[in-house]
Amino acid sequence: MRRYSAFAIAREAARYHQGWERAWASPEPKKSYDAIIVGAGGHGLATAFYLGKNFGITNVAVIEKGWLGGGNTGRNTTIIRSNYLQDASAAIYEKARGLYETMSQDLNYNVMFSPRGVIMLAQTHHEVRGYQRTAHANALQGVKTEFISPARVKEIVPIINLDGPRYPVLGGLWQARGGTARHDAVAWGYARACSDMGMDIIQKTEVTGVRKENGAVVGVETSRGFIGTKKLGIVVAGHSGVLADMAGFRLPIESVALQALVSEPIKPCMDCVVMANTVHGYMSQSDKGEMVIGGGADGYNNYTQRGSFHHIEETVRALVETFPMISRLKQLRQWGGIVDMTGDRSPILSKTPVEGVFINCGWGTGGFKAIPGSGWGFAELMARGYSPLTAEFGLNRFKEGRFIDESVAAGVAH
Amino acid sequence: MSTRLSSGGRLIDRSAARDFTFNGKRLTGYAGDTLASALLANGQTLMGRSFKYHRPRGVVASGAEEPNALMGIGKGSRFEPNQRATTTELFDGLEAESQNHWPSLEFDVGAVNNSLAMFFPAGFYYKTFMFPRPAWKHLFEPIVRHSAGLGKAPKDRDADRYEHFYAFVDVMIVGGGIAGLQAALTAGASGARVLLVEQTAHWGGRAPVDGVEIDGQPADEWIKSALQTLEGMDNVRVRSRTMASGVYDHGYVLAYERLTDHAPEMDGPRHRLWRIRAKQVITATGALERPLSFAGNDIPGVMLASAVRDYVVNWGVSPGDRTVVVTNNDDAYRTALALHGAGLAVPAIVDARATVTGDLPEAARAAGIRVLTGTGIASVKGKKAVTGVTLCAQAGEGAVTDEIACEAVAMSGGWSPVVHLWSHCGGKLTWDADQACFRPDHDRAPTSHDGKPFVTAAGAADGVLGSADALASGSNAAVAVAEALGLSATASAPSANDPAETPMEAVWIMPQGAGPAKRMKMWLDYQNDVKVSDVRLAAQEGYESVEHTKRYTTLGMATDQGKLSNINGLATLASALNDEIPNVGTTTFRPPYTPISMGAIAGEARGDVFQPLRRTPMHAWHEEQGAYMEPVGHWRRPYCYPKAGETHEQAVHREVLATRNSLGLLDASTLGKIIVKGPDAGRFMDMLYTNMMSTLKPGKCRYGLMCNENGFLMDDGVVARIDEDTFLVHTTSGGAEHTHGHMEDWLQCEWWDWKVHTVNVTEQYAQVAVVGPNARKLLEKLGTDMDLSAEALPFMGFATGKIGGFNTRVFRISFSGELSFEIAVPASQGRAFWDALHEAGAEWNATAYGTEALHIMRAEKGFIMIGDETDGTVIPQDLGLGWAISKKKEDYLGKRAQERSHMTDPTRWKLVGLETVDGSVIPDGSYAVASGTNANGQGNTQGRITSTYHSPTLGKGIAMGLVLNGPDRMGEVIEFNKVDGTTVPAKIVNPVFYDPDGEKQNV
Repeated sequence: MRRYSAFAIAREAARYHQGWERAWASPEPKKSYDAIIVGAGGHGLATAFYLGKNFGITNVAVIEKGWLGGGNTGRNTTIIRSNYLQDASAAIYEKARGLYETMSQDLNYNVMFSPRGVIMLAQTHHEVRGYQRTAHANALQGVKTEFISPARVKEIVPIINLDGPRYPVLGGLWQARGGTARHDAVAWGYARACSDMGMDIIQKTEVTGVRKENGAVVGVETSRGFIGTKKLGIVVAGHSGVLADMAGFRLPIESVALQALVSEPIKPCMDCVVMANTVHGYMSQSDKGEMVIGGGADGYNNYTQRGSFHHIEETVRALVETFPMISRLKQLRQWGGIVDMTGDRSPILSKTPVEGVFINCGWGTGGFKAIPGSGWGFAELMARGYSPLTAEFGLNRFKEGRFIDESVAAGVAH
Repeated sequence: MSTRLSSGGRLIDRSAARDFTFNGKRLTGYAGDTLASALLANGQTLMGRSFKYHRPRGVVASGAEEPNALMGIGKGSRFEPNQRATTTELFDGLEAESQNHWPSLEFDVGAVNNSLAMFFPAGFYYKTFMFPRPAWKHLFEPIVRHSAGLGKAPKDRDADRYEHFYAFVDVMIVGGGIAGLQAALTAGASGARVLLVEQTAHWGGRAPVDGVEIDGQPADEWIKSALQTLEGMDNVRVRSRTMASGVYDHGYVLAYERLTDHAPEMDGPRHRLWRIRAKQVITATGALERPLSFAGNDIPGVMLASAVRDYVVNWGVSPGDRTVVVTNNDDAYRTALALHGAGLAVPAIVDARATVTGDLPEAARAAGIRVLTGTGIASVKGKKAVTGVTLCAQAGEGAVTDEIACEAVAMSGGWSPVVHLWSHCGGKLTWDADQACFRPDHDRAPTSHDGKPFVTAAGAADGVLGSADALASGSNAAVAVAEALGLSATASAPSANDPAETPMEAVWIMPQGAGPAKRMKMWLDYQNDVKVSDVRLAAQEGYESVEHTKRYTTLGMATDQGKLSNINGLATLASALNDEIPNVGTTTFRPPYTPISMGAIAGEARGDVFQPLRRTPMHAWHEEQGAYMEPVGHWRRPYCYPKAGETHEQAVHREVLATRNSLGLLDASTLGKIIVKGPDAGRFMDMLYTNMMSTLKPGKCRYGLMCNENGFLMDDGVVARIDEDTFLVHTTSGGAEHTHGHMEDWLQCEWWDWKVHTVNVTEQYAQVAVVGPNARKLLEKLGTDMDLSAEALPFMGFATGKIGGFNTRVFRISFSGELSFEIAVPASQGRAFWDALHEAGAEWNATAYGTEALHIMRAEKGFIMIGDETDGTVIPQDLGLGWAISKKKEDYLGKRAQERSHMTDPTRWKLVGLETVDGSVIPDGSYAVASGTNANGQGNTQGRITSTYHSPTLGKGIAMGLVLNGPDRMGEVIEFNKVDGTTVPAKIVNPVFYDPDGEKQNV
């Protein structure tokens, strides 16, 4: 792999950029691999990357039905934070956030991690208490957060309306090293690095079946034929239930549409991420200048990547109230993705009833921020059979009632 | 330079001048102008700067597809960035400013990017700006952000109003061109309820500009009469300035009406968002002309041929004295003829096709215009304005054959149907190789709830470009739709004149063999500065999926969402991949069709009416007393009633002490009240609650716990049995709607055959808690026909009767630990009853108290609060509430869940009371620390605070919390963390701090 740098750009400019090589190869599948990951989204690619980097397992294929990074990795609002309440969540999200800090350098691909800070607004006394609890939990978890005053909120976000007649801002939970990153670049950077390690990223190839012998996986049927493996990682978000069904087990997952939207681009006016959970909306400004806006998930199950308008309306209404100046901005585009929701809204990173099959799913509305941590932990789970990062996220927690419920502190958005 | 022609302009009124300013310069146009036509008329061809390279840009289009001429319009609270000059109607006093430049439009420092463009190809930012690490956040990103963005951010609160509007129609027709009008005539005649919308202020679309004759008359005549006919039909509504922005599932359509943008002096809302349920939708949304990709195709003065024609015909504006037309199809010849007809020079028509024999080219030749076939543009000359073009053989690599001086270039690469609305809800497209465009695939239309198609495309939007065919297409679409609705309609369409045409030829790059240097000067996406070379680079680097290419290059991500660039970009990608265009496919079409204001989406819901506000009958009294209110669901409840000079804390403490020592009054009307009634009510209540409710005697109350199916405590409250078949369920204030929904969920989805009916009667009753040692005296003073003595109405009893003449239901329940009566009266009597209590209670210093005093008193008494002691992870067993769980019942919601291993784990944290050693208050949300760290390096914990207050009654800090083995560790001191890293020691004690034996309450 030829390294990217300002020098490389200057070199290529001299020859009309004709010399850039492919970011990732487009290989024919081999007959078998040491490990196969289904799903070339952020989580799948990160898993492959850390299998190689941390465990030296590089005979790996990542099989993707569509184009890499085309699911929720390329559809989210790019927020990165780790101010979670429960220990297990804080551990994996903070691991991820830490890895984001150096991801551009680690991958030699600028993912534009921008630790511009995340504020979660408290707009009821109940929320104030909830975030104070999170701040206390974070202090013990090694996650740097603080509960800040309304005046400090205003200082960080001058465009905010603190004195809305219905839900005045009473404070906020501030994570200064939270922020955003360029979502597509995360998938592309991992893909390039995986390809460089000799892994095969096989796009436009659909897995149609999971072949088992004696209760253990031996490979997958695909639209390009059978590919053998004894270690299979299923990392397909919204379609996890479909893949699990192929492997012969069921998942406690519901798939629903989650939507987001952007405004037309404007000059910089907001330099952090603000989440307003009482009124259901969150917003940041992209480097292009668009206000990036998200809200709640649809209340019914489906697989179409579009959602109901009433959620867009609810979200925009909440944000016009919170940031009155956006009233005269225009919505440029809305889109949807299918998120896989578990009963406790926390992910599943787990062994499965089928030997050799591992599942990483259930990230619901909050997966992007977890990508590197999820890949790190899931790779360890696949390579060693155990990871402290994933230990609490096993499938058996639903049987035992050992939920990891984050809705406790923050009602909606992850 | 562009200028106003001395005559012509079908849309302008030359007798009505309109003054406006552009970048502070005073200019004049006419009524009927767009801002773009008025600027051109004033010779202003430079209108903006591009996003990435800050290149000078002029207007390229004449409608919603415009990528370049974006303006900031208005001032202060009416300033709005990024408005398209092409869709902004001119009015007197309009103030416009161009965007994305510093210090001025003419001289922009940011244009240094243009000189460095060779270093800034697609995706360059992924390859650099990585070292040193903090530099991205602190140096590079700020630079990128400041040079990106387009218009300025509005600063002020929006001064305008917006509204929502609802409509239900049989047929929604989008697009007021001749196809849409004809569709509306046919559908209207069938008797269907029809709504026809048109995004511009004018009807008829392109037909009048193109010189179409319908039934032998000029198109304008036919359009006028069609509109008259439609307006005469009771079942038809027509709306101009209304853009259908999105089609959603099951015939839900949004439309965006711009009411006062063109006339800001008018009263009323600025925008209206129409929310329409349409049984059928006809998209007659026309087609958009494509640019051609030749070097320098972004220099101001290069415009779409159709736009040039619009400016000449509609607004009497010349794009320049000499315009070269470049095309791959016959339609652009209309532009040459229009220019010629207006007395302007067309030095040449450059046609990429080898032979051209259609009626229009023949007419051009007959008019003496030079037609150069097999020819392309080698490059456009000029920097901030076109000065000429060089020509070459289209088949070659660009060797210059000729050079022509000109001031404008009118280009046409063919037409792309507007398929956005067709596609929003799943309609698929098919590639039409003859017309080189994607058009709706009729076999794969969007389907509605019944699996049947509900969107039909008509006219140019369906790829039908000829006028006669478009009229027939509109009528046929309406007939098909009427049939689907069970109505009968007759296809009939007028005749129209269509010239014989030479087929167009797809031209994706000009000349065909252009090399890398030329490709770096061919713009695909004007606003985002995406060039042919960028798309090829994406393909070269493996970003082969059309979505990868889009995201890597930003093609089609500008405010025009690729209306001009997408098809040319796809074709470029296909060519780079040696693949067919249909195999490359399109990106996803998403609403809105063109951007719509956030204000319109939010509608009226802002400020005080942001959400519905629920008021108790005593709400006004609370406000009169200056209560500090807090939101509880959609209610607002008094948190406390501070008197002059009092802090909130002082007020709360006063309220607590007044209640404990004498008499307090609480407006408890927000408390949820749900009637559960029917022969199976008892059975249902037994499933709903952990307690046995079916054995409750009529006339008695019982405190009950409600769990969800995961076993977690979700609500609590007092249940009163009114009679054998009727329970009155009290829920928490915030939980009433959720609990009612929970009941209905089970009744409707699982136990649908049980004879139970539920009604939420929360707002039908006002409720007051009369609390304190003097509570009974007050009620007796008011006069009652009930025996309220401890013997006749003991704790947890209720009675019905009169107090002070009011009809009441009196519950002997207490959430404070004091003698307490909760009294319900009809909501209409609430305020009068409340006033009567205050008046009669004056002698005992009756004190209204708020939610915070309520919370403190319940904590002093060790009562749990849903949402404090519970958080969705707590089961009743954790809270020492095992006594409220019936052991006799076979089942209740949550029972099985509570038997799971983690729920019966003896190490679950349990409820205790906590007191600091020094009487201070433990911080809210604090955790009890344990020694060591876990496998992930996090500090271990052994409990947490759930409620913590300063108790005015006891004069010290008290708290409740969940602690590992807590009830077995009474007297032990453990440490609670503070956010600064220090800890507070606290002793584990009984959670009932006040009157543990109930001597105050049970009197």
